[in-house]
Amino acid sequence: MNSVILMAGSRILVALLLVFSVFMLLRGHNEPGGGFIGGLIGAVGFVIYAIACGTSSAREALRVPPETVAAAGLGVALLGGVWAAVDGDAFFTGQWLFLGATEDSKGLPLSSVLVFDVGVYLVVFGSILSLVFALEEEV
Amino acid sequence: MAAAHGTDWRLRAFAPAVLPVVIFVWAAGHLPAVAAGGTVRLAWDWVPSLGVSLSFLIDGLSLTFALLISGIGAVVMLYSGQYLSGHEHYGRFMGYLTAFMLAMLGLVLADNLIALFVFWELTTVTSYLLIGFGHADAKSRRSALQALLVTGTGGLALLAGFILIGSVAGSFELSEVLAQPGVLTDHPWYLAILILVLAGAFTKSAQFPLHFWLPNAMAAPTPVSAYLHSATMVKGGVYLLARMHPGLGGTEPWFWSLTVFGAFTAVFASVLALRQSDLKQVLAYTTLMALGTLTLFLASGVDVAITAAVTFLIVHSLYKACLFLAVGNIDHATGTREVSRLTGGLARAMPVTTVAAGLAALSMAGFPPFLGFIGKELKYKGILAVASEPYVVVAAVLAANALMFAAAAVVAFRPFWGRGTPELEPGATPHEAPWPMWIGPAALALLGVVFGLMPDLAAVLVDPAVVAILPAGTPYELKLWHGVNVPLLLSIATFVLGLGLYLASDRLRAGLAAIEARNPVHFDRGWDRVLDGVKAFAGWQTRLVQSGELRVYLRLTFATFLAALGGTMLARGIGVPAVALPQLLAKEWAVIVLIVAGTALVVLTRSRVAAIAGLGVVGIGVALVFIIYGAPDVAITQLLVETLVVVLVAVVLLRMPRLYSEGRVIHRPVDAVLAVAIGGATTAVLLLVLEVPLDRRLTTWFEETSWPEAFGRNIVNVILVDFRALDTFGEIAVVLIAALSAFVLIKGIRREGRE
Repeated sequence: MNSVILMAGSRILVALLLVFSVFMLLRGHNEPGGGFIGGLIGAVGFVIYAIACGTSSAREALRVPPETVAAAGLGVALLGGVWAAVDGDAFFTGQWLFLGATEDSKGLPLSSVLVFDVGVYLVVFGSILSLVFALEEEV
Repeated sequence: MAAAHGTDWRLRAFAPAVLPVVIFVWAAGHLPAVAAGGTVRLAWDWVPSLGVSLSFLIDGLSLTFALLISGIGAVVMLYSGQYLSGHEHYGRFMGYLTAFMLAMLGLVLADNLIALFVFWELTTVTSYLLIGFGHADAKSRRSALQALLVTGTGGLALLAGFILIGSVAGSFELSEVLAQPGVLTDHPWYLAILILVLAGAFTKSAQFPLHFWLPNAMAAPTPVSAYLHSATMVKGGVYLLARMHPGLGGTEPWFWSLTVFGAFTAVFASVLALRQSDLKQVLAYTTLMALGTLTLFLASGVDVAITAAVTFLIVHSLYKACLFLAVGNIDHATGTREVSRLTGGLARAMPVTTVAAGLAALSMAGFPPFLGFIGKELKYKGILAVASEPYVVVAAVLAANALMFAAAAVVAFRPFWGRGTPELEPGATPHEAPWPMWIGPAALALLGVVFGLMPDLAAVLVDPAVVAILPAGTPYELKLWHGVNVPLLLSIATFVLGLGLYLASDRLRAGLAAIEARNPVHFDRGWDRVLDGVKAFAGWQTRLVQSGELRVYLRLTFATFLAALGGTMLARGIGVPAVALPQLLAKEWAVIVLIVAGTALVVLTRSRVAAIAGLGVVGIGVALVFIIYGAPDVAITQLLVETLVVVLVAVVLLRMPRLYSEGRVIHRPVDAVLAVAIGGATTAVLLLVLEVPLDRRLTTWFEETSWPEAFGRNIVNVILVDFRALDTFGEIAVVLIAALSAFVLIKGIRREGRE
């Protein structure tokens, strides 16, 4: 598609959507959002970029093949589960780390649950992009 | 090969035998305690919520088996280190063999039914790998697959039987199940349990008519045949029968099914053994005979019969492993295993193998003072004690024993002592095998003599096993000389008959071959026909359901859905509930109008792009419904998925044929009926669901625990990533697999299109 406006606009849009997708991923535990939604939003960003500038530049911008991203996501999710097993809990039990916690605040909550959600994000993101890229290239 | 004889190679040859030796010593350490009537139980939790644990029980029965498995395992591994020396997949072979041995040990030691099943299937899988070890050969591959399918199917039946046992007895722990006498035999499900368990045992132990996989499994290297298909794996089924004897035995169905299948298999197999022209095949059929005999003797609950079964089990393992390995040595020295080419003259060239095979064969034939003699006397005594039709069964056992006598002579007498000279393969000179290949067989053969001369020693293994099978019974005393009695006379008859059969064996073989050529029933070929039938059926139903036309796929999918949904409603006589139209707000009306307008566009338009856009409108309308009723997560997901689907479908549609191709108009009424029916049925189901008051227990539980236990306020997300994380993990694995499969399909089509 040869639209200068779309091409110029898509660059900003991709950046915004990617940032927004990470925002959705991180807020997911307490507000609407999460890995699945985040991954979808991130994928939409790259789909727009692929429509505007072509799949080859979208692939270049991604640097890593989307299939690899998806497979790595499954590995990351598994890691989130194994973390609990290493700690001696049942597989996939949430493990929490409150950095700098005080009496009043919980500090910075880091958890195996977040690792798992990052894995979900990557699987959804990678799977959709590998499909869309393959289909667009085929036509 | 020069490097192969260095220390490095020696390490590779002898190292695998260390593990079985260690296990043998460890098991032997339990002998005193077990002989005194004790048992040892080791247990670890595995899936405690399902009552599955990794528990092991060392009692008389499992210890005898464990000693046989590890002891013969050590012999076989030592032998294989030489037999396969320099083979390019030597390491792989030893890995498979070790894995098999551990699985087999797990099988006999397991005290939990589910753990037993897992080990059972592991022996199936590892034996598949071992039979198909020479995978370049199509025959090996076929035999391996056949063994896998036959024993694997039996394994599934066994699992079903075990689950029934678990629900009847209230525990998967064997020791707990068997401690409740009558809990299985008095239950209405007894017959179902019996059939399922017997299906597993009979396939594994190759009882007629599922015997054909065992002779074919001889495609494996000789040490594998010696180990798996004589001494261990096929005994898995016998072990199961012996283990379940206290729980399932003692009834008419048990007695008759084991008697009939066992006796028939024994006679049938020993006749066929004389028909074979390959030494390994002769031994394979005598193994079938032994399995049949063991099954037959486990039928009753009489002390003598059970003692006979356990004694014969040990006798058979010792001589059969020895003879198989001796045949391997003959093959090694002469390059052939053909009965007609090995007519004598090897005794001078291979003295140790000759003596070992001779001793084993004498035990097999049942001569005194070998353990085989004691076993045979016990068999006759046992049969006379139990059979309600003693003459028929005695005749069967007598015939089988005489035929076995003849087979022993064919395998272990004629090649060495016969009057002819062997027809060697070109370039082969008869020679004694290197010591790792004869020391094991020699040791096994000697054990047969030692146990025969000192029956008290054998009783250490036999008696506790008998007590484990028959908790209330007393083991029959093992003795060489019981005086002149009926069993002794039957033994003498066996020798005379066996000698006659041996002298006539060449003519018998030709005669049996002629009969076989005219026999229309071939189990092996029948198996092929069954497999071909399954494949043809699968092909037919695939062509029917997956015609390659998108419209047929969709129609079938939706029609199946409708049949399931509407069929259930009709069968249950469920009507559509009457619902009063509620008072709707303006915004709700707006959403309804939006969705209806989108639907109308999809149905009426003549443009594909417009149809996709219409579908998108419907999707967004549904997302709005979610927002109105307070499910923001679902709404966001719905919106995003809707967006992506429109993009994807738009890309795909560029490749689709034109919307109004010929014949489409004819399809529309059918499609319309289907669509309306599914829409109506779904609506009815949803209304029915709403009729039931919402059970809020789960919702309340999640609301209460989400924050204190999982530190999250978004319940949907907390459920996804914490409470039900394992489910989510499965789902994203499916997403990944689906994406990769679709990716490969698309790329594959593209490549084909270009070429």
